[in-house]
Amino acid sequence: MAETKDILIDYVLHLADNSMILGQRNAEWCGHGPVLEQDIALTNITLDLIGEARSLYQYAAELKGGDSTEDSMAFLRDVTQYRNTLLLEQNNTDWAYTITRQFFYDVFHYYLQEALINSSDERLKEIAKKTIKESTYHVKWSSEWMIRLGDGTEVSHLKMQNALNALWEYTGEFFIPSTSEMEMQEKGIGADLNALSIKWRSKVEEILKEATLSIPESSFQQKGGKTGMHSEHMGYILADMQYMQRAYPRAEW
Amino acid sequence: MSTKEWPLWEVFIRAKQGLNHKHVGSLHAADLQMAIENARDVYTRRMEGVSIWVVESKHIHASEPSEQEALFEPANDKIYRHPTFYNLPVELNHM
Repeated sequence: MAETKDILIDYVLHLADNSMILGQRNAEWCGHGPVLEQDIALTNITLDLIGEARSLYQYAAELKGGDSTEDSMAFLRDVTQYRNTLLLEQNNTDWAYTITRQFFYDVFHYYLQEALINSSDERLKEIAKKTIKESTYHVKWSSEWMIRLGDGTEVSHLKMQNALNALWEYTGEFFIPSTSEMEMQEKGIGADLNALSIKWRSKVEEILKEATLSIPESSFQQKGGKTGMHSEHMGYILADMQYMQRAYPRAEW
Repeated sequence: MSTKEWPLWEVFIRAKQGLNHKHVGSLHAADLQMAIENARDVYTRRMEGVSIWVVESKHIHASEPSEQEALFEPANDKIYRHPTFYNLPVELNHM
């Protein structure tokens, strides 16, 4: 029984870390967006993601018990304990990379919520019901940017295609199940990643076609994030994110 | 990088069902869809509205400030246009 609980915690943390790390990355844009309105738009999305991550961290902390809190989950775990996929920790680089990364995640995130709404875990179900409204908007926002820039000027098209080529190899990891994802799917708690993969691919192809962008031919795919094997970027993200709690333990607003 | 500015849009928000859309401000956006989304992100983050209208600022036609006298002053001394000469029953509260 204890083991099932640990697997559930691992699964919840994976869901939380994905949104937390992308949120943290996007937050770097705050005050630096290309135009005021898009600065606010991306910050809004970021707040949605971090809000979702909070709900999940709270759940994980309750499951874990003891003196765990949402803060200890977010700020006191080390790199190898983080379960987010590698895509989400990649550098912002420029607006094209940021939008492409966001788009890949938004489509995945949307279908994930759609699946989790039917989870046998009541808490995950409730969180998914709230989150799907947010991710519906996120997909719309990033899809429109993919199309606008992909099918825009010669320069914007080139930048988007470059970002797509660079980030594509990080998309496969969404659908390579970790041990806890497999277990959770069997128990009717987690999402069926195969089914999700088909929906993701079809939506991504539809938008890329309209954006006149093409999927790279190479089939190589990175993995490791879900089991804590992160890229070098991750340490920097956590250093930035966790600095305050590490320097001033249990500091509060 | 292109330095061309995106067009300016005026934003109108309906705070709740039954109320009018009210002008709340303006913003820049490349197209209609982006204008609505930007309005959503800039002006409705704190539950300010249930409906958004946007219109490109260039389509707004305004009255001339120099015509102020001709347009508005004639209404000044026509108090009979205000329905203030009726005796209302006390039960009638919201007039």
